[in-house]
Amino acid sequence: MSGFESFLFSFFNLKVMAAYLPLIAKGFGLTVVLALLIVVCGLALGLALAVVRSFGLRVLNWGIIFVVDLFRALPPLVIIVLLFFGLPAAGISISGFAATWLSLTLVLMAFAEEIYWAGITAVPKGQWEAARSTGLGFLQTLRLVVLPQALRITIPPLTNRTIAITKGTALGSVVGVAEILGAAQSGMSFSANPSPLTLGAIAYLILFIPVVALGRWVETRFAWKR
Amino acid sequence: MQDFAFAFLNLEIVREAWPILWSGFLYTVALSLMTVPLGLLGGVALALLATSGPRAVRLAAAGWTDLFRAIPPLVLLVFLYAGLPFAGFDISAWGAVAIGFFLNTGAYYGEVLRAGIESVPRGQMEAARSTGLSRGQALAHVVLPQAVRNVLPDLISNTLEVVKLTSIASVVALPELLFQARQAQSVTYNATPIVAAAVAYFLLLWPLVRLVSRLENKAMAGR
Repeated sequence: MSGFESFLFSFFNLKVMAAYLPLIAKGFGLTVVLALLIVVCGLALGLALAVVRSFGLRVLNWGIIFVVDLFRALPPLVIIVLLFFGLPAAGISISGFAATWLSLTLVLMAFAEEIYWAGITAVPKGQWEAARSTGLGFLQTLRLVVLPQALRITIPPLTNRTIAITKGTALGSVVGVAEILGAAQSGMSFSANPSPLTLGAIAYLILFIPVVALGRWVETRFAWKR
Repeated sequence: MQDFAFAFLNLEIVREAWPILWSGFLYTVALSLMTVPLGLLGGVALALLATSGPRAVRLAAAGWTDLFRAIPPLVLLVFLYAGLPFAGFDISAWGAVAIGFFLNTGAYYGEVLRAGIESVPRGQMEAARSTGLSRGQALAHVVLPQAVRNVLPDLISNTLEVVKLTSIASVVALPELLFQARQAQSVTYNATPIVAAAVAYFLLLWPLVRLVSRLENKAMAGR
C-alpha cells in the first residue's frame, strides 16, 4: 500500500466506519442528552444562587462566593475523578454518567452565578430605587425590572461559557460513559483501526460547529455599542 | 465521621504520598509554563491572520479557529496519541500533549485577541502609519498594546482555563498532579490523595479566580 492508501485505510476506512456508525450514533445521542441536562441544571442553579446572593445575607453570601470560586478553580476532570473514584470510599457509588453530569453542572453553576451576579450588579441602583418607589416588592423588582435588564447583557458571556463547559462531556469517557468519545474509543479497540475516532471527531464537529457559530452570532447580535 | 476523615482527610496518607504529589504538582506547573506561551504565540499569529491578511487567509484563519474551538481538547489528545500511531507517526504522550494543547489553546487565545484587535479603532492604525511607522511597527507598538488591554480579563480567564486543561494530560499518563494522585490512590486504597490534589489546584488557582472575577465585574459594570 502506498502512504496515501494506508492513511485512507487507517483514518477513513469506510467499511469500519459503516460497522461502527450505529455505536457512534448512540454515543452522539448520549452526548446530546448529557449536554442538555448539564445546560438546564447548571444555568438554573446558577440563577438561583445569584438571586439568593442578591438578598445580601452576609454569611450566606460568603458561602456562595466560596462555592463559586471552588468550582471555578478546580479542573472538571478532577471533580469527576473525585466523585467517581473517591465517593465509593464513603460507601456512595455513582455511575460515570451521574459523576460527569454532576461535575459539569456544578462547574456551569459556578460560572453562570458569577456572570448573572455581574449582570445584576451592572443594573444601575436608580432602577432598584425607582421600581421600589412605585410600590413593587423586592422580589417583584428583581423579577420584573432588574433581571430582564441583567439577563440581556449576560447572554454573550453565558453562551460562550456554556459551550465551553458542554464540550467537557468528552471527559465522561474517562469514567466509562459511552458518549461520542467513549464509543469511538471502544470502536477503535474492537476494530484495531482509528476510523471510529475520525467518525467521533466528525460527530463532534457536526454537534459543535453550529453551536460555536451561534455563539459568535449571539456575541455580535447582543453586543453593546461602545 | 471518623470513617470519612480516614478515607478523605487522612494526614498519614498525605505524608506518605507527599513526594509523588509534589512531583505531580511541579509537573503541572511546568506543563502550564510550556502551554501558555505556546498558545499565546499561536493565538497572536491566528489573530493577526484573521484581521489583516488577504480575504482568503482571513477566512482560513477563522475556520481554523472555529475548528479547534469545536473539538473537545480530550478528543484531540486521544486522536493524536492513540490514532496517529496507526498511520506510522509514533508520537510520545508528551508530543501529543504539546501539539494538542497548542492547537486548542492557540484557537482560544486567537479568538480573544482577534476581538481585542477589532476593538481598536481603525484610525489608530492609520494615524500610526501616517507618522511613518511601518505596518509591523504600528501593530507592535500601537494596535496590539491597546488590543491586549481591552481584552485583558478574557486573556487572564483563558490562562486559568489552560492551567485547568493540563489535568487531561493524565489520560495519556503524563505524570502531572491528577495522574500522580490517582497513582497514589491506587497504591494506598484511600481517596485522600485526590482530595489533596483538588486542594492543591484550588490553592494554585484561587488568586487567579479572584482576579478574573474582579476584572469581569468591572468590565460588565463599565458598559
